[in-house]
Amino acid sequence: MLKDFFSRRRRYATIPSERKQQVNTKEGVMTKCPECKTIMYTKELQKHHNVCFRCDHHLPMTAYERIHSLIEEDTFVEYDRNLISGDPLSFPEYKEKLATDREKTNLNEAVVTGEGKLDGIPIVIGVMDGRFRMGSMGVAVGEKITRAIEKAIEKERPFILFSASGGARMQEGMLSLMQMAKTSAALHRLDEAGLLFISVMTHPTTGGVSASFASLGDYNFAEPKALIGFAGRRIIEQTIRQELPENFQTAEFLLEHGQLDRVVHRHEMKSTLKTVLRIHGYHREEGGEELV
Amino acid sequence: MSNHLSFEKPLVELREKIAELKSFAKEKGIDLSEEIQTLEGRLAQLEEDIYGNLHPWQRVQIARFSERPTTLDYIEHLFNDFLEMHGDRLFADDPAIVGGIALYKGNPVTVIGHQRGKDTKDNIYRNFGMPHPEGYRKALRLMKQAEKFSRPVICFIDTKGAYPGKAAEERGQSEAIARNLREMAGLKVPIVSIVIGEGGSGGALALGVGNYIHMLENSTYSVISPEGAAALLWKDASYAKQAAETMQITAPDLKKLGVVDTVIEEVRGGAHKDVKKQAMLIDQVLEESLHTLTRKSASELVKERYEKYKEIGEIITL
Repeated sequence: MLKDFFSRRRRYATIPSERKQQVNTKEGVMTKCPECKTIMYTKELQKHHNVCFRCDHHLPMTAYERIHSLIEEDTFVEYDRNLISGDPLSFPEYKEKLATDREKTNLNEAVVTGEGKLDGIPIVIGVMDGRFRMGSMGVAVGEKITRAIEKAIEKERPFILFSASGGARMQEGMLSLMQMAKTSAALHRLDEAGLLFISVMTHPTTGGVSASFASLGDYNFAEPKALIGFAGRRIIEQTIRQELPENFQTAEFLLEHGQLDRVVHRHEMKSTLKTVLRIHGYHREEGGEELV
Repeated sequence: MSNHLSFEKPLVELREKIAELKSFAKEKGIDLSEEIQTLEGRLAQLEEDIYGNLHPWQRVQIARFSERPTTLDYIEHLFNDFLEMHGDRLFADDPAIVGGIALYKGNPVTVIGHQRGKDTKDNIYRNFGMPHPEGYRKALRLMKQAEKFSRPVICFIDTKGAYPGKAAEERGQSEAIARNLREMAGLKVPIVSIVIGEGGSGGALALGVGNYIHMLENSTYSVISPEGAAALLWKDASYAKQAAETMQITAPDLKKLGVVDTVIEEVRGGAHKDVKKQAMLIDQVLEESLHTLTRKSASELVKERYEKYKEIGEIITL
C-alpha cells in the first residue's frame, strides 16, 4: 500500500509492466516525468532541481541533492552519518533489506542531518530520503532527528526539516512508534528554548512521520502536490466506502483545510526559507566562523 | 453462549460435560462424585495449560474481546465522583474518547481514555473507539487543565487506532496526534498511561506519552495491526497470527523490549472474567506509580519523561 505512494512519482523512468515504453531511456541518462510523460535529460533536470520543464511536476530529490540546493556546499557538516538501526525484532529479511538500501542509495539511513549555512545563515537541517526503506522511521532515524534538534538547541540555531516518509518503520515494531514520542519531545525542548522550527513536507509525508515532527513546525510548508496525510487513501476508501476527491491529501487539499501555512514551489524554497529566517532575526554570518 | 473465545472451546466443552454429569447424577440419584472429581481435576489442568501459556494471537483475541472491560468500567471501580467533561471547544465532542475529573483515594485527578462500545449500537455511537482529531484535542484540553490545577493525569489506552476517515484527515488527524505527543512530553504534572485493550499505533500513542506506561497482561500495543502487517509482509491478511508473533506486540514482549514499565497481572482467562478484581490489580500499580510521581518536581517529571524515550531502542554505530 505504502509502496504505491512512491512508485507513482519515482524519479527514474520506470516502465509500467502493462505497456512497454517505446522511447529508449537508458538508465540515468534520460528521465521521464511521471506526470506528463515528457522525457528529459537527467542532468538538465537535476540542474532544474528535478522540477519537470513542461508540467512543473516536482520529482523526488535525494537528501544530498536537497542539501546542495539550499546549503553553501563548503559549509555543510554532517552529523551521525554512521548511526544505524539494529534488528531488534529479528524481523524476516530486514537486515538484508537494509544492506540492499545502503548499497543502492549510498546512505546509511533514511535521513541525513547536519549543519551548514543557508545564504550565510547558520542552521541545523535534516532531510529525509524516500529511497531508503521508503523514508520510514525506525530507531536510527528517530535518534538522528532527535540529536539534530538537540544540536540546534545547544547552538541556538534554527532547525529546518524536510520530510519524505511512509511513516513508522514496521520492521522495528513498537520501537519505531516510540520515535514519534521521542522526536516530538525534543521539539518541545526546542519550543521551550524559543527556537525556530520550519517543517517542509515533501512527497510523501504520511503516517507516523506526518503525525509527529512533520506537523509540529512553527511554520508548516509543503511542496506542490505532495501527498500528506495520516491514514492511507485505500484504507480510508475501504473504511468509509466512498470515493475520495482526486486532490485528497495533497498539499493543496491540506492548505484549503487549514492544515498548512503555505505551499512552496521548489524554485522558491530557498528564498522563502531565507525570508522567514531574516524576519526571525537571523542574518548572514560573514567569514570564517568555525563550524562543528 | 458468546462469553468465550475460540481457543477456550475445550474448556467450555469440558465444563458442559461436568454440568451434564452433575444434573444426570442428581436426576437419577446416582453417586458420580468420583467421575466428577476426576473431570474437575482435568479441567483445572486444562485451564492451567491454556491460560498459563497464552500465545500472542490468543492474547490479541482477549484484547479485542467484546466483553473486555473498557475505560468507563475501570473508572467506575477505581475513582470516586467521576464527572465526565465534554468537547474540544473547536468542533465537537468525540465519544470515542472520554475524559473528566475525579478523586483517586481522596486526591483530585484527571482521567482520560479511549472508549469502545459494548454492543453494536454503542459501538456506532463510540465509533468503535477510533477517535477523530476532536477526541485528541479534547484530551489535550483536559491535560492542560490538569496541569493548571496541578493534578496527575491517568490515561487508559484502548483503540484499534485513530479513525481513518475523510473528515478526520480534513480536520488534521496528524496534527492533533503530533501536538498531543509534544505537549504531553512537556506536561508539568505526572502522567500514567495504562494499555487496557488494544493499543493501535499513533492513535494510541496520542494518550501514551507518560512517565509510566503500564500494560495489562493480555493487552497489545503495536505500530500496525497484525492483519495490516501480514498484508504488507506476506500479502495475505490471514497470516495475522504469525505477524502477531513476529511484531512482538504483547505486554511481556514489550516489557522485554523496554517499551513498557509494568505488566499488570490479569484475572485468569482475561480481565472480563472479573472486572472488580481486575480493577484492584490495576489499583495496586497505579497507586504505587502516583505515590512515586507526586513527590517529584515539575522539572524532574518532564526531564525523566524525556530521558525515558531517549533510552528506548538500541543505537548502533557502523
